[in-house]
Amino acid sequence: MSLYTTDILYTLMIVSLSTLIIAGLSIAIAGYLTLGENPKAVAILRWLYRWPLFIPFIVVGQVLRTFLAKNGLMNNLLVAGGILTPLQTVSFLDWRGIVIAFVWKQTPFVTLLVAGAMASIDRGTIEAARNLGASRLRILIEIVVPQVRTTLFVGMVLSFVTMMSVLSVPLMISAQSPTMITADIAFRINAYGDYGVANALGMISLVMTMAVAILYLRLNLKEKAK
Amino acid sequence: MSALANQGESVRPTLAGRALGFDLWWLPRALVLGLVAFAIFGPLANLLIWTVAERWYFPHTLPLEYGLSYWAKVFSPRGVAWESLGTSIGIALLTVLFALALAIPAGYALGRLKLPARSLILLVFLIPQAFPNLPVYVNIARFFYDVGLNGTITGVVLVHVTHGLVFAVWIATAAFAAVDAELEEAARSMGAGAFRAFRDVTLPLAMPGLMASGIFVFLESLDEFTGSFFVGAPDVTTLPLLLYTAGAGGNYQVASITALLLLVPSIAFMLVVERFLRADVLARIGH
Repeated sequence: MSLYTTDILYTLMIVSLSTLIIAGLSIAIAGYLTLGENPKAVAILRWLYRWPLFIPFIVVGQVLRTFLAKNGLMNNLLVAGGILTPLQTVSFLDWRGIVIAFVWKQTPFVTLLVAGAMASIDRGTIEAARNLGASRLRILIEIVVPQVRTTLFVGMVLSFVTMMSVLSVPLMISAQSPTMITADIAFRINAYGDYGVANALGMISLVMTMAVAILYLRLNLKEKAK
Repeated sequence: MSALANQGESVRPTLAGRALGFDLWWLPRALVLGLVAFAIFGPLANLLIWTVAERWYFPHTLPLEYGLSYWAKVFSPRGVAWESLGTSIGIALLTVLFALALAIPAGYALGRLKLPARSLILLVFLIPQAFPNLPVYVNIARFFYDVGLNGTITGVVLVHVTHGLVFAVWIATAAFAAVDAELEEAARSMGAGAFRAFRDVTLPLAMPGLMASGIFVFLESLDEFTGSFFVGAPDVTTLPLLLYTAGAGGNYQVASITALLLLVPSIAFMLVVERFLRADVLARIGH
């Protein structure tokens, strides 16, 4: 089993990091949609951020595999723009590629939830803080985010669970060792028909999700007790 | 004047901009929006280029040759795409039919009737979504193998239905709950039977919501990879499985063309979803 310790930690690291980045980006986007003062810029952002919402993970995997590769469009444009030389380019197809793929796909979903929650909070407190001279960043962090905390956590937990069970992204972006346990499970079964180890790894992913769910429930209970 | 402008420092660019007849705040705005646009459309543009690239390798920024020969290959009468496309659409339609046949009565009961433990039932449908489904699919595949369902269309449809049912039931419940119950009672008091009142009054009014749940289930089935990978492969080749095998074999053109086929309906749905899911239905989902 110690064979898989690295992969288990690797999975936990990737999924936790992705969840945090997704949370940060969705607060930033939803915050601008709620507090932004230029209607044109808000409209453009609202139109932009949703595109990946329904794009399937398998397509995200293929799209980013070509985009982030050593000879992908991203590196090619950096070279063409004179920012890098061809020898300096690196492939992002390792844990970074998986994190980017997860963030790319899940941020619109969490943003949609969070922006919906932000739209329904009382504008009175925001206006009051603004009249007292608070900056928009401070209003976002101290007034808006605490009020949408529950929705944000729901979005984060749902994203965590989704990412724990996506097989296509790790298979397509970085399937060499170390990899995510979803890819290990698929490999155990397809190569060896080994259901014992596959199910043990499956149990570990269930336990990880359960830990997150319990954490969420406890936070929720504490909130209600207040 | 904006609140930001009250803060002394930020008042300057705006005033300077006013003098030029131009809001200087557009500089940082355009920079950030441009970066967001690049992060979203850059990868998608890369995909589009791959679909028409004949030869493209390091260190060339753009393909050396463009052409449609891979499209011709993929869509030739004996090409792989037609078969996968047919399989995928067939499976998705069967999944929608199956899921809606269960979700319409269930949604009506949950949205309209006073059921005991209603929220508990709604929560039970969520359970498959609350756990990583990959370990579950692995064991479904093993069970299907024993009963001879592995590698059959029926097996794949069943897996897709379990996956799509939560959306179907939740959206259908919200759609029926949003229909005014008094309209149905009026039809009943005019002498219509229970079934007739449902068919002629409630069902048409709930139709936009039901359409949305049908489209959602269709897309979920079309895009589903993990379940099909364990239960269907290698006998049943859906589009996602074709994409995966083509990509794994290094054929990025075929993989990109397949990805584009999957991308078009997903983006089309994203653009029209609000027309089907009105705010009054959306607000009731999960309640």
